[in-house]
Formats: sequence, structure tokens, C-alpha cells
Amino acid sequence: MNRPAAPRRRLFAMACMIGAGALAAPVAAQDFVIENATVAAGDGSEPVENASVVVRGGRIAAVGSTVAAEGLQRIDGTGMWVTPGLVASVTSLGLYDVSAVSESNDIRAGSSPFSAALDAAPVVNPNSQHILVHRAAGITRAATATMPSSSIFGGQGAIIDLGADGQPITRARAFQIVALGEDGARLSGGSRASAHALFRNALREALDYDRNQAISGAGMRGGDVSLGDDIAIDSRLLRGPEDRGTDVLLTRFDAAALVPVVRGTQRLYVMVERASDIRSVLALKQEFPRLDMVLVGASEGWLVANEIAAAGIPVIADGLDDLPQSFEQLAATQSNIGRMVKAGVKVAINASAMENPRNLNQYAGNLVALARLPGADGLTWGQAFATITSVPAEISGLRGRAGSLAAGAAGDVVLWDGDPLEAGSMPVRVFIDGIEQPLDNHQSRLKERYRDLDESTLPKAYDW
Amino acid sequence: MRALARLTVGVGALALAACSTANEDARPRSAAAASSDAPYASTYTRYPGRPTALVGATVYDGKGGRIDNGTVLFRDGEIVGIGDAALSTDGYDRVDGTGKFVTPGVIDIHSHLGDYPTPSVDAHEDGNEATDPTTPEVWAEHSVWPQDPGFSRALANGGVTALQILPGSANLMGGRSVTLKNVPSRTVQGMKFPGAPYGLKMACGENPKRVYGGKGRMPSTRMGNFAVNRQTWLDARKYADGDRSERDLGKETLAGVLDGEILIQNHCYRADEMALVLDMAKEFGYKVAAFHHAVEAYKIGDLLRENGVCSAIWADWYGFKMESYDGILENAALLQKAGACVVIHSDDANGIQRLNQEAAKAQAAGQRMGMNIPDAEVVSWFTLNAAKAMGIGDVTGSLEPGKMADVVLWNGDPLSVYSRPEKVWVDGALLFDALDPKRRPVSDFELGQPGEGDVK
Repeated sequence: MNRPAAPRRRLFAMACMIGAGALAAPVAAQDFVIENATVAAGDGSEPVENASVVVRGGRIAAVGSTVAAEGLQRIDGTGMWVTPGLVASVTSLGLYDVSAVSESNDIRAGSSPFSAALDAAPVVNPNSQHILVHRAAGITRAATATMPSSSIFGGQGAIIDLGADGQPITRARAFQIVALGEDGARLSGGSRASAHALFRNALREALDYDRNQAISGAGMRGGDVSLGDDIAIDSRLLRGPEDRGTDVLLTRFDAAALVPVVRGTQRLYVMVERASDIRSVLALKQEFPRLDMVLVGASEGWLVANEIAAAGIPVIADGLDDLPQSFEQLAATQSNIGRMVKAGVKVAINASAMENPRNLNQYAGNLVALARLPGADGLTWGQAFATITSVPAEISGLRGRAGSLAAGAAGDVVLWDGDPLEAGSMPVRVFIDGIEQPLDNHQSRLKERYRDLDESTLPKAYDW
Repeated sequence: MRALARLTVGVGALALAACSTANEDARPRSAAAASSDAPYASTYTRYPGRPTALVGATVYDGKGGRIDNGTVLFRDGEIVGIGDAALSTDGYDRVDGTGKFVTPGVIDIHSHLGDYPTPSVDAHEDGNEATDPTTPEVWAEHSVWPQDPGFSRALANGGVTALQILPGSANLMGGRSVTLKNVPSRTVQGMKFPGAPYGLKMACGENPKRVYGGKGRMPSTRMGNFAVNRQTWLDARKYADGDRSERDLGKETLAGVLDGEILIQNHCYRADEMALVLDMAKEFGYKVAAFHHAVEAYKIGDLLRENGVCSAIWADWYGFKMESYDGILENAALLQKAGACVVIHSDDANGIQRLNQEAAKAQAAGQRMGMNIPDAEVVSWFTLNAAKAMGIGDVTGSLEPGKMADVVLWNGDPLSVYSRPEKVWVDGALLFDALDPKRRPVSDFELGQPGEGDVK
């Protein structure tokens, strides 16, 4: 998070790369106060007008109507809004340049011998234009991950910052991804039943691997019986001393990668949409009590909102899906998030369920709009803003450390030209860890070049 | 999750949009174009409506005008009057629009509702006849599933009253488009916009060469794209100049284009390719109505203005394929500055629900460059400009006496993310009312399913 001296050189290099016309790249965390702005803290509270935000030593120091600001660089925020940087979860930022250009795309590895072992951290490219573009759109942290393709497991996602310092990783291997709905069914051989078998097998093998540093048999007991006359799961499908040495499915790398999942030390993001699939996922806690799960997608979550809330499992939900895109999304409605929040579920907006993560704030704004529609369930402004700041930060393991203006949190601060949830609002200045960020990128350079179409003296290629 | 699915459709689907100034009420003289004696004729008739006066709202007329505290009158399916508070409302049901906004119905020039309907299962993949690089003989209307739940979302959340359904972009010539009234119907004929000209969807660039190059046949390159197109136009010209006595479905469509009755709606991302297409159009004597997905249009705003071609664009899509790499937020604003025609389109069953917001984002990008494009002009990007480019600008797209009463009452500024359609009228019939759950269409597919009739 806080980037010490080393990266600064890279920051300069990057500014040069962006080219003449780019802002001079800042080189160090600044101590500053933004004054007279409308401040939205990201914690669910409503925006406060005419307030100030103080950043010292790369961290949020104070927020309020009266703050001590002596000796600080003063930034006038009159007419503008100040917020924590947006947190995008889940994304593929830094893992591709052009999604349809396979050479540039590291999101999926369908021909890889590995799945759960895939690790996004070493391959995130902080110079990807998508990182630059999204930084300029006010996103300062993101969860980025490879997606399930060679197996139901997608690999280990990273939490990154979008700073221009060449050091993107906030937390490597922050979570594992697994697909258990229609996608999981397809990836596992054609049926959800196979996906569940594959999933259970994988977790058993990981447990084995954890205990024995090898995948083989271990202790066992019979399965649970619920009605008295039903057929118990064969004990060998649970945990048992049987010889498993000959039916190992996971590579050692994949098994090792799943050890922190079964231990509950690494979060498991479960991609699932249908209400009944969500229930089956919630039930996994009985079998694997230490699983620390997050639902991703959950288009039909509102149908089982109370159960999700009771399980205490957070959701990264598709924000505005309202079509029966598939048979697992028949009940999709834009009111899904509003209804889950109402039931007490912790919900972030899924940044992968939109054209680009930079649409997060527009999506959150739409949830506010729903609150005015009879029969719909929306969010207050503060709740909506939390779904793209503090809640995804908390899900990312950054509670109090990012996604809010809480004292001590990272100095990820965005100064906006207007209400950040309103269509078209954009950042004026972006700080990450208290360091002001360059906002130029390929798109802004194109914009400058084509501001006019005058080629009377030289071709456009000389206009840079 | 959805973004990737959309990409598949977007890549596979080409749209042809025509930004036509010529021949807006063309009366087709052959089977090529829409006319009352054309096959598969429209059976749409307007639904009953009350004489209605919208009063007290801010009115954007769709052609660049704004009236504060305005009055809009319609009856018998037509706009009767538009003016200020002095306009008499005698004989009309008054709807109080205080604090609200009125616009013409939203029009999407580029949709695949019905030919790529939801649920998006293989059995519903009806937008690309990807078996030949030129299929001018196929008609999108023969693929449209009127029960696509997406139509109702576009109506209720997007205020969409008319839309052009295009074949996909796998082919250089993907087939005829069809323009629909966004009314629930048992048949596609019951949705067909009466008198609307057909479009021919064409596609530049990556998609055709990828699809057919991947099958080891021509075209596999951009030069191959042009060669196939040119030979096809040569053959079409020969047919058109003959007596046309032998029926040929593909050539009838192409002859309709050469006659000026069918509008070219051309999927094309890159500026240099659009310039080549404009020359191809000159070579063979046809006109491009609109370039769709024209993410690089801002590089040739002058050329597009001179040729009278509209650019149908997204606000902020970029980077999903090589030819979209140079997409910028300022595309619409720079085109407007160049005096070229801007249309905001969706190509997406979700995006069609927020064309107003997309326009607002594009407007704001211009604002940041110092270009102040008035709200009333921005509204034309998703109303009258789209209608013109589809050849229906003389009958809908703006609030003018005699035009169809396709009208949206928004519960706030339509260029704000916080606003939604409150009421939508198609030809003066109230087909959506946010305040009345029964004025919310539910497709056959959704009956008996979880969430039936939900607010969505």
C-alpha cells in the first residue's frame, strides 16, 4: 500500500512514457487538506457539504467541518466532491490489454494444467491502459483475478492499487475463485452435480495435502443423515482413511493453493446466480465449516436474502441485471441489491457485471434512482456509495484501510467535478496513498490530438 | 459476468444503421423495401389512448428545443400541440408534470432484441447467418422472437418506443434490419413500424475476416472484405440495371439499396475503414446512412459531416477488441463540434435501458473539454437523430404536431442517473406506468417464473 522510495523512479519513467503534455508526476506522499467540498466518507453515511479532508503521511488524518489544517497544502474543493477512491471488485484490470487479442489477454488459461494455483499477482501489469483509464475514473483499488477456464477454480486473485508506481500489489493471493453455477457445470463436465463433486473432491485433497504434505488417505466418518431413511453419502466421499493415492485429481500446486481455502485463511469467491445454487453454497459451511465465502453474481440473491444474511456471507452482486440472461437468472431484477441490503446482507456491486469497472458509480447511482420507483428496492445515496467503496474494501480484507475516509485509512482520495454517482462526473485529482496520480492515458492523449482536425501544416502524427 | 457474454454477441453481431437524410418517407417501388404490399407486412395498429395533456414539465422536443413549464397535447395517436403553459388543455386529461421532464420516445438504432433474445441460450442464437460472408437475402424479422423479455425492460427502464433490430456482424452483408414499435405483440408483424424503410446491415473489419478466415475461406483480410463487397455490388448493379424479372432475394435487397430505398447501416469501428467504405459507396452509387460502433468517428468528423453520415456510438465502450482500442469518451462531443450527426446506440439488452445516461456521459466529456452542448441537443442523440438515421424521422423522434405520440414522461431530468421513465406512450397509448403495476408488460416466457411481474 504505502510505497516507499524505490518506486519513485518508475513513476518518473512512466510520466515520460505518457509523453509531453502529461502532468508532471508527483513523487511523494503529500500532506494536504481539501477544503469547502462536499465530502462522502464511503461508510454508508450521507454526503456532508462544506467539509474538509486531511491527509498526512499518506493516510487519512481527519475529516469534518472543522479540522486542523495548519501548515498543510490547501486544495480548494469548492463546488466539488471528495470521496475515498472507488474499490472495484471483481475485475481483470492489469491482466489484459485488448480482451479479444488473445496474446494480450491473461484472464483465462483454458489449456493450462493448473487452475487453483494460478496466481494473478506476478502478472498484473500496472502500465496497462485499463489501469490508467480506471485510475482516471476514480478507481484506486481493485480485486483482479484470472477466471475459471480449465477447471471450476479460477485461481488466486490479488488486491491491487492503481497507482503509477509500478508496485500494484496491495495483497497477493487474497482470494480464490470457484464457479458453481452453469459455468461451473460446463467446466466440470456438463452438470452442476459434477461441479459439486469436483469441488468437494478438491477440498478433500487440499485437506489431505495440508495434513500429510501429500494427497492420500486420512481419517473418516460416515456422512450426515437427515431423514433417517435416506442413503448416507459414502464415507469415502467425505473424509476417510481409504487409499486415495490412485484417484488424485488435483496437481500438487492446485492442492497446495487450496490449502488456505480449506483452512479459512483465504477467502473463496463463489460464482453462483440461482437461488437454489446459493442455498447449496450456503450449505457447504456445514461440511467445510472454515470456508470463508463470498458470493459473486447472485442475481437471484433476493429470493434467499434472509438466508444469506443469516449465514453472514457477503455478496459481490451484479448491479443492474434485470434480464433472464440464463435459466439461473430468471428472477433477476435491479432491485436485487436493494432487497439484499434491506435483509442485512453486506453487498458490493460486481465490477465484472458491466461494460467496464469505471461504470461502477453509474450503477450505484441507478440503485439510488430505484428508491424513487414504486415497488422497487433501491438504496440511499450513502448506502449506494458504500457498495463501491467501503463494502468491497471490507470484502477485500481492507476494512478501515481503504474504501473509506476513516482516520488511518490509506490516503486514497478523489476530488470529483460533481456528484460522483451522477452520470458523467469525473475525477479532477486522484491520490493513492497520499500521492497525487497522473491522470493521462492513451485516451486522453487521443482526445488532445483530435481536439481539432487541422492538418494544414503537418499531419496529425506530429500533433503530440 | 455479463460483459463477456455481451462481447460475444457484440463481436458476432453486426449492425447496419442508416443515417439517412434522403427519402425519409420513401415509398418503395419494389419488393425490396417496406410498403403495404410488401410481404410480411406490418399488422400493427395503435392501441387506444386518452386525449392527454402533459402540463408543467420541462419539455425537450427532440429537435433541440426546450420549453420550461411546457405543455404537450396528444390525441388519436398523434401529437396535437406543444407549447408553453398558455396552451389550452380543454378536452384533454391533464397529467401534472411539475418537476418532471418530457421527451420524445427513446429510439435505439442498434438492437438485437428478438434475434439474440434472453435467455441467451444456443437455441436463441438467431442473429448471424454465419454460413456465407454475404447474406443480403436474410431478414432480421424472420429471427425476431416477440417474447424476448428485453423489449419490456427497454420500455420500462429505457423509455424506448422504437428500435431497429439488426442482423449480427459476422457477415460483410448480414441481411435486412427491421424497425419495430416497442409494443408487446404475439407476432413480429404486430410490432413492425408501419412504413419504416428496411436497412441493410453491413460490417467492416475484424468480424467478417475472422469468421470466414477461420473457416479457411474468403475474406480472411480487410482487403478480402472489400474485394468480396465490391464484387457483390458489381453483381447487384448488373441485376438492378436488368429487368429484375427473375427473383433473387439477396439481389432484391441490394437493388433496394441502390434504389435508395433500403438504408445502409454499417458496423465499422476504425476511421480509415469508414473512409474506404464511403468511397465504396461512391463507387457503386449508394449511400451509407450510419456507421455503427464508430468508436473512431471523432478522427474523421469532417468527412462524416461532408458525406451526411451519422455515427451511432456508445458513450464509453473501448478496448474489447483491437479495432475498439482508440475509443474515447469525447467521441460524441467531437463529432457534434465537427457538425456531424451523433446517435447514441446500445447494441446491448442492458445498455438499451440507459441510452439517456450514456448520452449524459458523452455530454459531460464534452463539457470537460470546454464544449457546452445544451441538454436539449443531447436529447436528440437518442431521439430524432436516431429516427432520421432509420428513415422514420418524418413520423417520430420529435414532439411536433402530426407526429406519432411516442412520448416519455420522466420523473426527473432524463440526463441524470437518478431519473427513470414514469410513463411511456406509444402512439398515444399508455404502455408503461411506473405507478401502475398492471401497466407493465410481462412476456409469455416470464409467466409463472420467479419474479413474474416484478418491477425489474
